[in-house]
Amino acid sequence: MPDKEQIALMGHLMRRAGFGAPHEELAARAAKGYEATVEELLHPEHQEAVDVELLYRFLPGYEGALGPPLNQAEWVYRMINTQRPLEEKMALFWHQLFATGNSKVDNPPELTQQIAMFREHGLGHFRNLLVELARNPAMIFWLDNNGNHRGAINENWGRELLELFSMGVGNYSEDDIKEASRAFTGWTIGPKIPRNPLGRFYWSFEYRPEDHDDGPKTFLGQTGDFNGEDIIDIVVKQPATARFLARHLYNFFVADEPQVPSWNITPPNDPAAIDALIASYDQSGGDIRAMLRTLFNSDFFKAARYSRVKSPAELVIGTARLVGNYQGPRPGFNALAFECAYQGQELLNPPSVESWHTGAEWIDGGALVRRVNFAAGLLGNTSLPGVQSIIENLQERGPMTPAQLVEACLELSGPVEVSDSTYSELLEQARQGGDVHWDSESNRAESGRRAGLMLALIAASRDFQFA
Amino acid sequence: MATTKKDPVLVVLQLTGANDYLNTIIPYTNGHYRDARPKVGIPEDQALPIDGAPGLGFNPNMAPFKKLYDEGKVAVIHGIGYENSPRSHFRSMDIWHTCEPDIVGTEGWAARVIRDLDPNSENVLKGVNFGQGLPRALALRGVPITSVSSLESYGVLSSVPGVAAEAERAQILERFARMYAPAVGTGAVMDYLGQTGRDALQGADIIRSAPERYSSTVEYAETPIAKFLRDIAQVYLADLGTQVFYTQHGSFDTHFNQPPMHTKLWIDVSRAISDFFDDLKEHDAGDNLIMMLFTEFGRRVKDNGTGTDHGAGGVAFVIGNQVKGGMYSQYPSLKPEDLSQGDLAPNYDFRGFYSTVIDRWLGLDPVPIVGGNFEQLDFV
Repeated sequence: MPDKEQIALMGHLMRRAGFGAPHEELAARAAKGYEATVEELLHPEHQEAVDVELLYRFLPGYEGALGPPLNQAEWVYRMINTQRPLEEKMALFWHQLFATGNSKVDNPPELTQQIAMFREHGLGHFRNLLVELARNPAMIFWLDNNGNHRGAINENWGRELLELFSMGVGNYSEDDIKEASRAFTGWTIGPKIPRNPLGRFYWSFEYRPEDHDDGPKTFLGQTGDFNGEDIIDIVVKQPATARFLARHLYNFFVADEPQVPSWNITPPNDPAAIDALIASYDQSGGDIRAMLRTLFNSDFFKAARYSRVKSPAELVIGTARLVGNYQGPRPGFNALAFECAYQGQELLNPPSVESWHTGAEWIDGGALVRRVNFAAGLLGNTSLPGVQSIIENLQERGPMTPAQLVEACLELSGPVEVSDSTYSELLEQARQGGDVHWDSESNRAESGRRAGLMLALIAASRDFQFA
Repeated sequence: MATTKKDPVLVVLQLTGANDYLNTIIPYTNGHYRDARPKVGIPEDQALPIDGAPGLGFNPNMAPFKKLYDEGKVAVIHGIGYENSPRSHFRSMDIWHTCEPDIVGTEGWAARVIRDLDPNSENVLKGVNFGQGLPRALALRGVPITSVSSLESYGVLSSVPGVAAEAERAQILERFARMYAPAVGTGAVMDYLGQTGRDALQGADIIRSAPERYSSTVEYAETPIAKFLRDIAQVYLADLGTQVFYTQHGSFDTHFNQPPMHTKLWIDVSRAISDFFDDLKEHDAGDNLIMMLFTEFGRRVKDNGTGTDHGAGGVAFVIGNQVKGGMYSQYPSLKPEDLSQGDLAPNYDFRGFYSTVIDRWLGLDPVPIVGGNFEQLDFV
């Protein structure tokens, strides 16, 4: 039997490498061991993929979903139901980093294809991922590379590749941007197939040699007749790229960092951790999986419990997984997709290519109210299977004191670690009802109701806002 | 300084994504404009000529906006920006939000305004944001901002099952307040969450009263910006003491396929603003409020074939009954030799624009808010 500490650590790993897990799953995974679980997460290909045949039979609108919220709901479904939590979490990571929005692309199926590309390449080599990204039709359209022509560059993609996707501000010149843009001329979207009479066709990448500027270019001090892949080859060898990626992984998986635009002047909170991730990048030749293995097995990761503010997607998906009411195809995913948006993270439609501001900036008055109402509304609902399972577990423990009720509820809903002030308020709530009994129909009903209220208060706490 | 019967109110409307100055206030007789805009230029006969400003016209989709201008209620601030404009949305928006062009600032100028209007944070509704997520302009620890994505559904713990009676609900809210009470040594983020939670609890109770008290014959359009401006009108007309409202619309990032995108954007914004001021007029409440519109920078002079890339100098607006309408500052030269890296060279610092509003409308000292002394204009 895993002890409480092992369960708590597993809860931490699953919140970060996935979207959290109910108490039964944590116990089973902890019994398998921490490092074994890390390896399982790092190799999603060993687990069953989401059964899309089944999904699209029940929810046919999800297949090539043509608009919000269905396209967002399809992703929410996958995040909740996947057997490959890290694959889906990495897709979210790359979506937040390579932020591409429907506000401009106006083609949800193409954005869904981009997320599928993140699933496929998100744990591989960073170089390959950047090449796939440069060839991704939604990205080409989003950053106007289809308007980037020989003799008439459009520098949107060239700039953001360097500023936001690889190196960060301060590591290249305006000339480097222009030269990179020249190298990506001719990388465009193929002629679109008319929709009628057969419906919508996916866009495709097309390379047009006649529109490519094949003259010599000088980029980051190197000169040659560079094409786009050459630019990416140079970019991924830059120390700034290893560092930028390391900081993004740390910020997303370990602990909140200062906001991204300040990184060229603000040092990391834990320089040794960043150095360890950079070393992993260098040794593996830019292998994301290797960096994550280093990260999840490190002491700095294990010590970082509840040091990140949950993103809206993490809060919504994590709570939905906990209450167990969203297993398999059923209605209700649209509402969860809307909820992410209302809390400030509209999936597949980030506010701009600079993406969302994270950490404490997820929280403002309006967002906090929504987070609290959503999580308390679900965890306080004793008719939901995950909540019933928690109550059954409580019942198996027999009669309990108020303090035991508080501790058991915290343990089974995270385990959640709370501050003294939260704990004392929860204890006050528990004391008001006295000891907990399960020995009669009416006691069971009342004890269940009290457990629901306790879980709602936990979900409403400040502490629950952290992952 | 303008005088108002009640406390002066400011609405900030952010045009996110960099609005194209040249196609908003069109120099339609200027040969350089024609040369630079073969694909996304607006024909001379479509621009809406502006009285008293020879050669300049409003975008053809801004007719309701032009009507406000003709009534003398709109000030146009030309060539606005700052030196060494970085042409990055994120960076430039941060600079406009923080008034910090040299370092990455974290404090918002509008939040500093709210702090100075209400130094003891007595009214959690002093500043209200409408939208998803809070812009950095409103970020400042210790300054409560109520942020509302939709006025109809706002309230704390409004839907917890298992709450047996109204008395129990009140008790749960008290526990919530105590769980979010100040606690020593739990860290800056926990403190921030605590303050935000307490403020939200208080703000929610008050702001929910606004829609109940509101009625109007004005029918706003079914657009996001119209909905936000209608929400602002409701809260403003409910007299809850709010002095700074903030909202945004976008995206104005028209690199590609600009003509239809920019058309739709200005149809929606012009109509919404016009309806908003009609609504205030109907309630005889137009004299205490002005609205300012800004964007992070203008767009490149030369078009790229179907759109325009990131530029520098831009245009801002102030609207209201008490605004002295007209043209302020100068339209920057379009001569190729006068451009700065292909962009209009800004000739008026945005911090002077803020200073004018802060000093002459809100009656506060602008120097600490915008970080220095900047030339003010006479639009209010």
